[in-house]
Amino acid sequence: MTVTILTVDDSRTMRDMLRMALVDAGFRVVQAEDGLHGLDVLRAEQPHVVITDINMPRMDGFGFIEAVRQDVQYRAIPILVLTTESDDEKKLRARRAGATGWIVKPFDPAKLVAAVRRVAA
Amino acid sequence: MDPMAEIRLTFFQECEEQLTALENGLLAMQEGESDSETVNAVFRAVHSIKGGAGAFKLDALVSFAHVFETALDKVRSGQLVPEAEAMKLFLRAADALADLVSASRDGAVADTAPYAGIEEEFNALIGGGGAAAEDDEFAGLDFQPIVTAFAEPATARNSYHIRFRPLRDLYAKANEPLALFRELGRLGTLEAQCDIKNLPFLDTFEPEDSYLSWQLTLDTENPIAAVKEIFDFVEGDCDLVIAPASTEASAPPLQEMDITAILRKVREEAPAIAAVTAAAPAADADSAPRAKAVVQPTIRVDLDRVDRLINLVGELVINQAMLTQRVLHSSHVRDREVTSSLEELERLTREIQESVMAIRAQPVRPLFQRMSRIVREVADATAKDVRLRTEGEATEVDKTVVELLADPLTHMIRNAVDHGLESPEQRSALGKPPEGTVRLAAAHRSGRVIIEVSDDGQGINRPKVLQKAIANGLVPPDAQLSDSEIDNLLFLPGFSTASSVSNISGRGVGMDVVKRSIQALGGRISISSAPGQGSTFTLSLPLTLAVLDGIVVTVDEQVFVIPLTAIVETVKHEPSRIHHLGDHSFVLRVRDVLVPLVDVGAELGVRAPASDLRSGVAILIETANGTRSALLVDNIQDQRQVVIKSLETNYMRVDGIAAATILGDGRVAMILDVDALVGPRHHEWNPAEIPLAKAS
Repeated sequence: MTVTILTVDDSRTMRDMLRMALVDAGFRVVQAEDGLHGLDVLRAEQPHVVITDINMPRMDGFGFIEAVRQDVQYRAIPILVLTTESDDEKKLRARRAGATGWIVKPFDPAKLVAAVRRVAA
Repeated sequence: MDPMAEIRLTFFQECEEQLTALENGLLAMQEGESDSETVNAVFRAVHSIKGGAGAFKLDALVSFAHVFETALDKVRSGQLVPEAEAMKLFLRAADALADLVSASRDGAVADTAPYAGIEEEFNALIGGGGAAAEDDEFAGLDFQPIVTAFAEPATARNSYHIRFRPLRDLYAKANEPLALFRELGRLGTLEAQCDIKNLPFLDTFEPEDSYLSWQLTLDTENPIAAVKEIFDFVEGDCDLVIAPASTEASAPPLQEMDITAILRKVREEAPAIAAVTAAAPAADADSAPRAKAVVQPTIRVDLDRVDRLINLVGELVINQAMLTQRVLHSSHVRDREVTSSLEELERLTREIQESVMAIRAQPVRPLFQRMSRIVREVADATAKDVRLRTEGEATEVDKTVVELLADPLTHMIRNAVDHGLESPEQRSALGKPPEGTVRLAAAHRSGRVIIEVSDDGQGINRPKVLQKAIANGLVPPDAQLSDSEIDNLLFLPGFSTASSVSNISGRGVGMDVVKRSIQALGGRISISSAPGQGSTFTLSLPLTLAVLDGIVVTVDEQVFVIPLTAIVETVKHEPSRIHHLGDHSFVLRVRDVLVPLVDVGAELGVRAPASDLRSGVAILIETANGTRSALLVDNIQDQRQVVIKSLETNYMRVDGIAAATILGDGRVAMILDVDALVGPRHHEWNPAEIPLAKAS
């Protein structure tokens, strides 16, 4: 079964990089540009894993994670956050919001795939 | 293209957008907008650039963006309230960031000195030490300590005992023991024993609670760091002990069981029960407002394709005009239906033409934004306080016009700040606010774009301008000139008011170059000024370069088009006003001024030079350098909009002809290049009009 991954990021560059790394690793990739868009795509595409940025317009990563965790149908979906800081405060806040794990940008494709594998059922 | 190179391209395109958003946001903040969305957007722009730059190992960009971002984060979190000085620093940093982006894109080695200066100012702003520490921490991020651990030479086989008891939160965050074990299994040989002794009876079973724990034994060549990394995400959400097998922790005896079976069971039951317990919050989530920002969808199209389309529509317009003319001339019966169909066709064709032209139209906003940077730079260099006000940034103009406007506008803005505005001290002494204002406004007016550059400075120093013009031999010492004539002296070639050329405005170009570039775009420039109150330069530009308004004239049965922008007026052509000058030269008297009279037919070789120019119509034109001449033609036929066709690409370059067009009757008409036509031959003896009043 092909694992579908939803990436939520407002940066086109980052979306392209994620898509390239994940498609190369054999995943199916669907993408959204911010938290609200992410919720729409989540419902339409039923991904297995979600990767989301934190700083985004309209709805940021924290809000997005909280919204997903409140939805009975999706609360058990693994969510990885993309952060540029290794700073614990941000990580902590993402985890408190319900993030499953994190990926530090700039990411190395192998590490990204390893992080996805670690949470993908 | 290599996919990374393509993404790199996207990154730099995106950088441009982010830089625009950054500058917009900062300017809004400077205007006093401090709502969190504005500040967040500014932060995001820098943050995004940093994120992408990291992926491409653009270290200078990353580290500068990081310092900038750190300061913005303080503003975002309310720890720093940006005062006027701080806002100026942010704006300068935005400019520096833009430079750094360009340098990174072009692979240029950027001079790091200015960036280091701004970084220091940032550190001073946010309280030095802390930021430096963060820098160090961030710098370390490029190296992935755990990855290097993987790469270490393989050591002897290690055996680890791992005790792992997930807490409820681990599951709530969608972590999955099975996935972790699978990853552990990749490191070596894994044995797992599940402890189910805490599993309750089903009547007290909480589907979302955690009851299982595991005892794992891993044989691996990997160091302990690699093992710990796998549990990175669940740290704090589980009880975890990882110990080398030698220092074996005393574990309670475990009852063996099939892990996957239990996990499957838990997963199958969990959602069903969760559905009941979580029904209430789910309803909340559904009713949450799902505001959808209106985002205009756009596509990127090759400019070539657009231009090909514009060209084709040009052909269509010509063809439609020809069709109309032929049908109306040939049909014996004026069929009402045919006529109305033709009118409908004409209307549709025009509409298509306008819509296609609109594709090339772009708002002047980015151009205006570039000017705000110029204002800052010149203000800094001249120690003046300047505020740039922009109006009508959404006004759309043809892409090429926008591009070609950048240089003249830059020059005018520089002039306005450097020459127009007084120093803050002078302004205060004059009772003006110390901060000068430069206004840049765009608007559509009767089918043209009007751009105004004005300042509230000292206005044009007319006595000084006149004195300078006389000293440069541009006007006779005893010339009596009106205020507006003096103002227009600024546009004469070789005129520069600054006695000592400053390094701001004096780049070897004067207002004459500005005027020439505006006229090359089919535009006009005018000036108005009031002493002590400031000056205004007004540009009037065509909306597009694909069509041109012109007057259709005939010369010896040939049809020509004279661009309307060059025409001042048509002149009453009376024999008494024509004077001989030499053998084949004539001048025409137009309101006490003598201007050269150019016989278009003779000049273009359509007919032999006439010894007598008494018949025909004279059209007074003004060339790009401000000199006036009269063109003699046989007849004026019409004033109309024509589609410009390049003569150079379709035939060859012809002196005196700017381009060609096809008229409704299918005839090709040449569009005159008036500058070339009146230029060379009369150059030697006619630097400007000769005022008759003084000559007589």
